[in-house]
Order: sequence, then structure tokens, then C-alpha cells
Amino acid sequence: MIRTALLVAGKDLRIEVRSRVLLWQVVPFGVIALLLCGLALGPAHAGSSSAGPGLYYLVTLLVTLLMINRSHVVERAPGTKSSIATLGLDPAGVFLGKSLALAVELWLTGLVLLAGAVLVLHTALHGALIALPSIVVTLGALACAGTLYGALTAGGETSATLLPVLALPAFAPLLIAGERSFYDALHGGELLGWWVIVVVALVAYVAIGILLYGVLDE
Amino acid sequence: MNNGATPVVALDDAVVISSGFPLLSGVTLQLWPSSLSVVTGANGAGKTSLLRLLAGLDSLTSGSGTVAGIDLRDGDLRLLRRRIGWLGHEGSFYDDLSVKENLTFAARALGRPLDEIESVVARVGLSGRINTSAKQLSAGQRRRLGLAWLLLRRPELWLLDEPYASLDDEGRTFFDHLLADVVAAGATVVISAHDPLRSSALNPRTILMSGGSIVEEST
Repeated sequence: MIRTALLVAGKDLRIEVRSRVLLWQVVPFGVIALLLCGLALGPAHAGSSSAGPGLYYLVTLLVTLLMINRSHVVERAPGTKSSIATLGLDPAGVFLGKSLALAVELWLTGLVLLAGAVLVLHTALHGALIALPSIVVTLGALACAGTLYGALTAGGETSATLLPVLALPAFAPLLIAGERSFYDALHGGELLGWWVIVVVALVAYVAIGILLYGVLDE
Repeated sequence: MNNGATPVVALDDAVVISSGFPLLSGVTLQLWPSSLSVVTGANGAGKTSLLRLLAGLDSLTSGSGTVAGIDLRDGDLRLLRRRIGWLGHEGSFYDDLSVKENLTFAARALGRPLDEIESVVARVGLSGRINTSAKQLSAGQRRRLGLAWLLLRRPELWLLDEPYASLDDEGRTFFDHLLADVVAAGATVVISAHDPLRSSALNPRTILMSGGSIVEEST
């Protein structure tokens, strides 16, 4: 399972490096969306508003949906799905590998967006650094949940529009916990409770993915 | 023809229905080791559906069958898929990865030695394109990459969906020679094609399909 996971993660990351979709399309989209959020708040409110963490996670959510679609589109190219199926890869390993690759992509994008939040939304740098560990765990959980829902919706003609409808309710608790822990990091609040929620969600999604990914992918 | 061997493929009244539409309607078929069969028929006759069933990519709705000793009804289809080689007519790999990277992924997934990759690439005539991404290959070169993928796997059952599409005369001749070699080595090869094979040297068994059923067989 671990061997398959590393193989699949390496393959997915190599595809991203080759295609540069993340670099030239997804990250710029996220930065522009963050910029628009800053403009919507206005210069007078950007620094003082408490909406920074929420806007950060809202933009991250949009980017995550793009990346989940991207992660599964490469598997659904005509002919590729059948050929890869004949490799007989362990579904649990495929789930872990795709989740790991997606998590790495989200962590990189999340870092860029965090820097963008500091610059555009005037989020306090010190608070952003304190929030970093919780962001890492939240994005990891989003990657696992996203991989599951991506497998569920991939293949259909409406997968790009079906994915947000199905996935957003599942993402909501993660986003709320992530936003709250980010907010508390900025304002000196208690982080532990939100941390527990995110970690439990991460463990739950990993367990569900290991058990069900094969069924969902079929 | 069977020389007392166990058939690699044995279907008995196999029916496959997808979304209420019958793709295969009562196919009975036996295929033996070291044989070449060509499934022909018009578009929608059920050629690809038959190959997909044999690959474990689609499930039996009724009837029974075994492929490579694995029961299609309650056997381990993931194990079956590892034992067959599938070449679809669309291509079989990741477009953004190079020839070498695609084959390395397949070799690692199957536990095959990586040092076979260069010799396989040379055999299909892609040595000069080994570091080229799959999306930059011509249609014929993509076919050759698909063949390299199969050669690396050394499956006991080769399932080739319209393998001659996009191949020029040189490619077809190369392909015929390759098929002759793998059949001589003991593999079972099933090809779907619109027309009977051009090469008389291959001497295949021809299976004509229509409406999801086998309507004629000839050797």
C-alpha cells in the first residue's frame, strides 16, 4: 500500500511539474481571487477586518476544487483509465498517493496564498505563522476529502459542476475549523479545540478513503 | 487446436448489460494458449465490449466465464487485470509524462525490472523519442508506446482494440511480426478490427460479431 502510494504520488507530482497547470493557472487564479477579495473589502478595511482568515479559506476552497478536478482528469483521459486499471494497483495505495500529491500541491499553493493574505489583506505576519501548522493539517484533510469526492464524481460529463455540490457540505466543517484556528492564531485565542476537530477529520477521511476508494473509483 | 491445454478464455452464454442496453447478448467462446483471434464486425457489434469483459473492465450480467483461470462472476478481477495486457484505441498512458516515465511507472507498478525499459523501447523503434512526452508523439508512435507498455508487462492474454488504426504500412508490418513473436512465445492474442487481418502469415481465427453476439467463426 505504501509503495503504491509513493508511486502514485510521485507520478501525479511529476505530471504537475511537466504540465505546469498548477504554476501558470491555479496559483495565479488564487492570487487574483485573493486580490479581488482585498479590493472588495477596500483599503480602509483590509487590515482591520476580521474577514481575513475566512477569505483566505474561501479562496483556498476554490483552488482546491480546481486541483481536485485536475487530479482526476489526468486519470480519465480516453484509454488511460482502462490501461491503468489493468495495472491492478491497490486502491488504498492509490487513494493515499493521490491525496499526498494533492496535499503537497495544496500546501505549496496555501503558502503562496498565505503570503498573498499578508500582502493584500494585511493579515498579521506573526499570527499567520502561528496559524501555519493548523493550515497544513486542514489542507491535508481537504486533500483527503477532495480525493474521495473526486473519485465519486469523476468520469461523468457533469463532474466539474457536480463536485462542488457534493463536496462543499463535507468541506464545511473543515473550513470552519480551519478559519477559527486561523482567527484565534491572529487574535491570541485558544487553538486546541479547533486543532482536535481538524485532526479527527483528517484521520476519519484517511480511514474512509483506505476502505472505500476502490468502490468509489469503480 | 487445444492440444489438451486449458483454455485461457472460456465464456458460456455471457451477457453484459450497461445502463439497460445489452452490450453482449449470449457469447459463448473458448480461446487457447498460443493463439491469435481477430474479432470483426461493424461499429456497435460488441467487439470492444467483448474485449473489456475479457479484461475484467466490465462485469458479467448473466452467463459464466473464466479468463486466465479467474472466474468473471466472483473471482478477483483486480488480479485478472494484472494478468492481461490492454491496448485501447485511444492510447494508454499519461500525456504529460515522457515515454520513459510512462514505462517506468508501469514497470514499478507491476514489479518489473527497470533495466528492461530501454530494450523494449528499442524493440518498438522509439529509442530516439524516449525522453519525449507522450502528447508530442504522432499517432503511430503512440501505438508503439502502447506496444512497449505491453511488452514490458509480458501478459498471458493480449487484448488489442483496433491496434492497426493510425499505423502506416511499416508500422503494420512491424506489428504483424511482433504478434507472430508473442503468439509463438505462448501468449493468447485477441484483436478487434473492422477488417480481417491483411497478413496471411498470422493465420488468425476470425470471429464475426453482430448485435452483441458471435454470428460466424472461421479459421
